[in-house]
Amino acid sequence: MEKSIAELRETFKNGGTNSISWRKSQLKALLQLINQNEDSIFKALDQDLGKSPVESYRDEVGVLKKSVTYTLSCLEKWVAPKKAEVPLLFFPAKAEVMPQPLGVVLIFSSWNFPFTLALDPLIGAISAGNTVLLKPSDLAPACMSFLVETIPKYLDNKAIKVVAGGADIGERLLQQKWDKIFFTGSPRVGRLVMAAAAKHLTPVTLELGGKSPAIVDTLSATPSKAKVTAKRIVGGKWGPCTGQACIAIDYLLVEEKLASILIELLKKTIKRFYGENIKSLKSISRIVNKHQFQRLVNLLKDPNVADSIVYGGSVDEEKLVIEPTILLDPPLDSEIMSEEIFGPLLPIITLKNIEESIDFINSKSSPLVIYAFTEDETFKKRILSETSSGTVTFNDSMVQFLCDSLPFGGVGQSGFGRYHGKYSFDTFSHEKSILHRGFYPEIEPRYPPWTDFKLSFIKLAYKFDYFGLILLLLGFKRS
Amino acid sequence: MLMENKAENKAVFDEESAKEVVKELRDSFVTGKTKSYRWRVTQLKAMLKMLDENEPQIVAALRDDLSKPEFESSLYEIQMLKNSCRLALKEMNHWMMPEKAKTSLTTFPSSAEIISEPLGVVFVISAWNYPFLLSLDPVVGAISAGNAIVLKPSEMAPASSSLLAKLVADYLDCSCIKVVEGAVPETSALLEQKWDKILYTGNGKVARIVMAAAAKHLTPVVLELGGKSPVIVDSDINLKVATRRIIVGKWGCNNGQACISPDYIITTKDYATKLVDSFKCELERFYGKDPLESKDLSRIVNSNHFDRLSKLMDEEKVSSKIVHGGQRNEKDLQIAPTILLDVPVNSLIMKEEIFGPLLPIITVDKVEQSFDLIHSSGGKPLAAYLFTNNKKLKRKFVETVSAGGLVVNDTAVHLAIHSLPFGGVGESGMGSYHGKFSFDAFSHKKAVLYRGFAGDAFLRYPPYTPGKLTLLQALVSGSIVGIIRALLGWFWA
Repeated sequence: MEKSIAELRETFKNGGTNSISWRKSQLKALLQLINQNEDSIFKALDQDLGKSPVESYRDEVGVLKKSVTYTLSCLEKWVAPKKAEVPLLFFPAKAEVMPQPLGVVLIFSSWNFPFTLALDPLIGAISAGNTVLLKPSDLAPACMSFLVETIPKYLDNKAIKVVAGGADIGERLLQQKWDKIFFTGSPRVGRLVMAAAAKHLTPVTLELGGKSPAIVDTLSATPSKAKVTAKRIVGGKWGPCTGQACIAIDYLLVEEKLASILIELLKKTIKRFYGENIKSLKSISRIVNKHQFQRLVNLLKDPNVADSIVYGGSVDEEKLVIEPTILLDPPLDSEIMSEEIFGPLLPIITLKNIEESIDFINSKSSPLVIYAFTEDETFKKRILSETSSGTVTFNDSMVQFLCDSLPFGGVGQSGFGRYHGKYSFDTFSHEKSILHRGFYPEIEPRYPPWTDFKLSFIKLAYKFDYFGLILLLLGFKRS
Repeated sequence: MLMENKAENKAVFDEESAKEVVKELRDSFVTGKTKSYRWRVTQLKAMLKMLDENEPQIVAALRDDLSKPEFESSLYEIQMLKNSCRLALKEMNHWMMPEKAKTSLTTFPSSAEIISEPLGVVFVISAWNYPFLLSLDPVVGAISAGNAIVLKPSEMAPASSSLLAKLVADYLDCSCIKVVEGAVPETSALLEQKWDKILYTGNGKVARIVMAAAAKHLTPVVLELGGKSPVIVDSDINLKVATRRIIVGKWGCNNGQACISPDYIITTKDYATKLVDSFKCELERFYGKDPLESKDLSRIVNSNHFDRLSKLMDEEKVSSKIVHGGQRNEKDLQIAPTILLDVPVNSLIMKEEIFGPLLPIITVDKVEQSFDLIHSSGGKPLAAYLFTNNKKLKRKFVETVSAGGLVVNDTAVHLAIHSLPFGGVGESGMGSYHGKFSFDAFSHKKAVLYRGFAGDAFLRYPPYTPGKLTLLQALVSGSIVGIIRALLGWFWA
């Protein structure tokens, strides 16, 4: 491993990864990798998570193709130095900000979107001209071994490496010096990553999760809007890897009087999308492993929580499947309402008035996303200014992930740093500021010995008071 | 003595007190007070007033702590800060505006924007060398972004620290902005607390402690550190101008005790003697025959640093290399501008950041070799400077040297340009500030996507059928716009 890292550093030093042509060739090769291995990717995802090909395409393959294509089309623009304004005082001078690769970067990805969360940051790291070591999660073993085997066949081995392994390998990697660490996962591991990074003063991006709520305020609008709301909620909860997603809806907030309407709509939609019987559920992923399965089952074990189940609740331990489950008002101090759920359980919390959802959300730490289904413009404004979250999405779920123009990342307990589109490029770049000066004219008052005249001169100069400066120089102004 | 007496009179600032301070600020922040544009403007105006009305006191405090010449205090601390305040007051409105983000076809029909929201309660830990600038410049950023703030000035500049505490309490809103004075125990107690951002200015050793403490609460950090900032001097230049610009960047900035001051010079063997002669001549013109008598040079901050610098000068293989200066006065903590020629690269002075009035000159056969020398030293410094008229050399410098900021044909002036981000990379730190970058450093960029209900793609939803997959794939291979349209509502369910 140490040898691999040394090789990555050597490659970076030699400067090959800095050229735009190298970056482009790698991005194109990555696109080819995805295009030529679609079926193997589907197979690996089915093996690890029971993801259906449509879901795999929508959330992984398609996302990546879009991301590579977008990056390829913008790369030249991103790489170009940006001019910065210089005050006249410094004339003649030219200032610019030039993005530079950081060096050797480490990417830790997670098991729930084993391709997107590994390769989307990789696209950013390549586009910024870094050498990369990627450690995929060993909890999605088929996907991990696919990445370990396939990436070397397509990408430049000297600059991009994939390491298989679990927590022990992760720990060993963290002891090395990196120029950036990009981590997707839990806050607990996030803390360890950042503490290890501190030893080498390595900047980190932490993509974590949190309890992302959905405020539901559009049920009493037209029936078709209520129907679309339900579809988007179901799609945003069980659609992405059956709720095992950092941007999946964690719980719903709705007014008491509308709760029964909401439950009915959700039930109908779930049945239409996934079927009714646990044995015959279709188009839905399974739980990743026994450990996670047990954790989710335990959440339901609390008798007060079990009593609040209004739909679903059956589990199939052998197949690691949990039925889409809806809970109405589980106790707020129960684990299901204090921990990120990360699975197919959906608590509904009822409120007297939907505006109370702001206080409710603020009583918890900042989530990665707040979803709000509402058409009330004043309420929208209140949500925006009075709550804090990585993203706010109105009247839909998940789609913000596809928006290249929006930064994706958390705040507070949901992480820091951001990526997607140009933000990925920025995340893996250092913005170097550059000032070019000529030798003339010289401003004498810059230099000692200091006198009162020089002091007045520079004070005016700092205010960019050019008229005052002229007066001073002509002797019309007392120093 | 003064410090000791103070410590006895004051109750001990422990973790409990730290907790209380943070709680009070968090309570204020939650009321939303700091978010209003009006509060931000009021505070920035109050700070301007504070600087206007207390210039003599600030100059006096800096004289006490560092014998800083009035000129330097007035310009590099007070005027610079006023400029920051004025810029923020002028531009803040603009900075606070939501930024429209393009959505076009990606999420049709929809709109998107990026909103800057304050992070919450932030912690600024500043340094002793520019006690006012490095304390209040980040505070300007934190205020303009709407945060509540705790500032911990450096205990190594005690007069400045206590003046800051007094002034901030007198002029700014003390329910949202507080100064806590103290040293290691106080800082440690504060670091145990949960912050929404920490900006630390100082050295790499403490920065590691700060970041490790921040990790416990997942707090993002800005670390403003230093490093050995090199100056490459080519031979085709206006020597006099270059020499003078190096001198003001080195000795004219707190006698070399500045994070962006030139640390060492690299030049060609042939040119070195000319350069040294020019330094001798200009130094005498600036600081007189006996620089220890000059009123225009700061002193060394304390005896620890004086001893550290003395050790660098006295190292056996180094002391014989002094070609100019070298005078010291231990009682008054003075060290004269000192130039050393051809010190061995494995000497202490070439290994650690000098942070004082010593300037080693390293010689190479060809100026191009300077780059290798900088690369082989490993670290990425906060700044790198080059004096040349050679376009090719400039280009190579800009493209290959990695540092926080680069300046061609001048030193240190990039600090005053608000359109340039100021911050390090690698060992010289992470994150940046100044101007709008300060506002950004203390803001969270919240992505907001607005969608309507019309247009709901059936392809998005289960049951997943082979037909849906085929359509998705066909759309992608056809055009990338297609998939997005399909996913997000072009095809209505």
